[in-house]
Amino acid sequence: MVPLSYYLILSGILFACGVLGFLIKRNIITIFMSIELMLNGVNLSFVAFAAHWHALSGQVFVFFVMVVAAAETAVGLAIIIAVYRTRETLNVDQVNLLKL
Amino acid sequence: MTPSLHLWLIPILPIIGAAINGFVGRRLTREASASVALLFCGSAFAAALVIAARFSTLSLPHVEYLAHWIRAGSFQADFAFYLDQLSLVMLLVVTGVGFLIHIYAVGYMWDDPGFYRFFCYLNLFMFFMLTLVLASNYLLMFIGWEGVGLASYLLIGFWFTKDSAASAGKKAFIVNRIGDFGFLIALFLMIKHFGSLNFADVFPSVSGMGVESAGAGLLTSIGLLLMVGAAGKSAQLPLYVWLPDAMEGPTPVSALIHAATMVTAGVYMVSRSHVIFERAPMALMVVAVIGTLTALFAATIGIAQTDIKKVLAYSTVSQLGYMFMACGVAAFSAAIFHLMTHAFFKGLLFLGAGSVIHALGGEQDMRRMGGLRREIPWTFWTMTFATIAIAGIPPFAGFFSKDEILWRASRVSLVYWGLGVFTAFLTSFYMFRLWFLTFFGDYRGTNTSAEHGAAQDAHGHEDHGHAVHESPKIMLVPLMILAVLSLVGGWVGVPASLGGGDHFDKFLAPVFHSTNPTAEAQGGAPEASTEVPETGASRNQELIFTGISVSAAGLGLLLAWLLYYRRPDLPQEIARGLGRLYGAVANKYYVDELYAALFVTPLVDGSTRILWHGVDQNVIDASVNDAADGARHVSDTVRHMQSGNIRSYAGWVAVGAAVNIAYMVWMGVR
Amino acid sequence: MLHLSLFLIFGAVAVAGAINLLVQRHPINSALSLIAVMAALAAEYLLLGAEFVAAVQVIVYAGAVMVLFVFVIMLLNAGEEEHTKGSRVAIILGVPGMLVGSLLVAWTLVRQSGTSELEIGALPGAPSTIGWLLFHDFLLPFEVTSILVLIAIMGAVVLASKPEQTSEPRKEA
Repeated sequence: MVPLSYYLILSGILFACGVLGFLIKRNIITIFMSIELMLNGVNLSFVAFAAHWHALSGQVFVFFVMVVAAAETAVGLAIIIAVYRTRETLNVDQVNLLKL
Repeated sequence: MTPSLHLWLIPILPIIGAAINGFVGRRLTREASASVALLFCGSAFAAALVIAARFSTLSLPHVEYLAHWIRAGSFQADFAFYLDQLSLVMLLVVTGVGFLIHIYAVGYMWDDPGFYRFFCYLNLFMFFMLTLVLASNYLLMFIGWEGVGLASYLLIGFWFTKDSAASAGKKAFIVNRIGDFGFLIALFLMIKHFGSLNFADVFPSVSGMGVESAGAGLLTSIGLLLMVGAAGKSAQLPLYVWLPDAMEGPTPVSALIHAATMVTAGVYMVSRSHVIFERAPMALMVVAVIGTLTALFAATIGIAQTDIKKVLAYSTVSQLGYMFMACGVAAFSAAIFHLMTHAFFKGLLFLGAGSVIHALGGEQDMRRMGGLRREIPWTFWTMTFATIAIAGIPPFAGFFSKDEILWRASRVSLVYWGLGVFTAFLTSFYMFRLWFLTFFGDYRGTNTSAEHGAAQDAHGHEDHGHAVHESPKIMLVPLMILAVLSLVGGWVGVPASLGGGDHFDKFLAPVFHSTNPTAEAQGGAPEASTEVPETGASRNQELIFTGISVSAAGLGLLLAWLLYYRRPDLPQEIARGLGRLYGAVANKYYVDELYAALFVTPLVDGSTRILWHGVDQNVIDASVNDAADGARHVSDTVRHMQSGNIRSYAGWVAVGAAVNIAYMVWMGVR
Repeated sequence: MLHLSLFLIFGAVAVAGAINLLVQRHPINSALSLIAVMAALAAEYLLLGAEFVAAVQVIVYAGAVMVLFVFVIMLLNAGEEEHTKGSRVAIILGVPGMLVGSLLVAWTLVRQSGTSELEIGALPGAPSTIGWLLFHDFLLPFEVTSILVLIAIMGAVVLASKPEQTSEPRKEA
């Protein structure tokens, strides 16, 4: 019998790690993976709540999140490849043309 | 029911002329422009004559309502016109003398490029003056009052490219406005206490009030404030300073506005408000004192002036002082009588001076004139008539009116009479001084005096050159008409003591007698006793006083003859002997300098330093500039946020999210 | 007891993987840690009875998405991370901000959830039931996401393809 809050705290920790990775890491791909980590954390909390409220739509929503994450990954990685082609670097600090 | 006289036509005709000349005058020929101006002014005069002819059939006062104007709560003021004997006299003087001056001006201004503009302004002036004279409530009168001030500004500064002319126009308008402020406060008091500004409402209400004892009461306040307005408009102490400067304008302007009509508006207004003044003895006394002092003061300045028009300007101020002296002793009809005769001879004097100036090609300094009576005989003779009239020598017009004033003043206080006689002596002196300096002696100027009297009406404007020549007929005819009037104009008011019928006074009697208070604190006999019980004693006294004033005039003539004809070297010696005193008089007692130091300079300085630099630049401009600068600085700082660096964006997002969450938690916790 | 210990074991693996993702310098190591995290999460889902979701997690997420990640890392030959000057804002503002935010959330969660407990296999999510929901209550989102995936495919193909050679370069005037 695990209290709901334990699941939520675990989800929170995963999400926080994702944000931290986004802020700290310099490689574009690693940043992208941090985003995936965030999404996973959120998925966990969805499933936990679905179990708590006995509502299956929580799990369905996780399904949709995964679909969208997959699509997003595909497109995002394609963009990263295009950026790599022009900039020859994967360092996010050097992709800063859009500045004032 | 009296049929309508269409009084509204009289002011409207000139404004139509003004509109035509103002809008299309530039495209008209000189002849057309002049004809328009003369036509509309002349038709106003004709209308006035028609009214005069039908006058005896009217029931007076005759009020005509034209249109609805202001209805605000219980206050009502309409476009309505008021006709009684006083209005008729003013009407005839304004339109008659105005018409003559229009004719003269056609000749005088013929070569001026701003011809049509001049006549537009002149007609505009006639419109406002006639509105002032015919108004049946103080508010409409005030419109005319302000309007003549405006026309005066426009006409004084007619040659606005000249700095001195533009400044003179400004000075006239500003000093006038100071007087108008007093007038306005008086109007406000009237509205507050009588609820209306119509003559038909105010005067009966005032008649119902008793005489105020000396001291501040409602009527005294109104009277004093009205006098402030009159002092501004009619150039009395201390607001007379604009009139001498107004000589910058063309001479017909000086004749019309600053001699015959506009400056007399103050006298008219005070006379119209006589019911108020008769019940406020203190105000009345102030009026008399101001008038007497102004008359004396201006006359003393006049004796030392060298510009022919300035002498006449100070003379005007002085004669206006006489009129106010008359008002101040409740001799209103005498004041109006003098107003009328003054319009004749002062208008003539100015027009004649214009003729002299014109003949000399622009010279105005009397020290460079002389001996002109042979060159310009018509001008000479007409100006002689006017000079004798103003000096008060019988049987010319000025004698009767001035004498009437002096006699009535003596009934109240011999001080007024004494000062008035002394001023008459000075008047005669400086006027004959002008006469001698201009027309007698040797010619001291630079123009060639080749042409003799043959150049009477031969007129080559093109070869103005340096030949002294007589003015064209169009300028001479008005001079002649006014000369005749200066002679016979006084004969309508010959007093009973000299065997006359005192017609003028009797004519105006219904206006000034109708509301006489029974108790009179000032000088036992108000208007009602113009028909002084002709006791032998008072008649003799009147004759004696008359004799004294005539001899004063004669003395002035004698002194002028002595100093400026017989021994022309004397004046210099006297001036040197008097030294500083003469200097003070010649410099107009430094009044302009005093005003400049007391009022003008502090105002201008204060305005520059406090209002311009302090408020406008440092506060208003600064706040606008600082707002712009501030916006720029803020945006300068904020733009660094857009660094193009994704991680910093993420940082900001995290912070924002934290703030958001904190807010929601806080709301949830509350 | 069993539930709690299983939860803790798999939770520990997930957290360790997440931290490892942060710590590793080479992206491939981070990718592999992420796979470990996802596997652990799949186990957590199973503990709650979400069978279908757990299966999809492993098949799609760990099996397809992460493989794509690894492919790209290998394609781009990503090396170890360089040490370039980062963004000061991110470190100074972002990290504290994130910490504050998550602490607040945690605090709220703990307060609100109280003592509600979940049993093992609390809500069984069999494929048939999920399928039923998908095709009845959630039909529209289902179809829309399929279009979304189609668009993503097309976008990815276009973005990642080599730029075509345009006609010969224009001569400079």
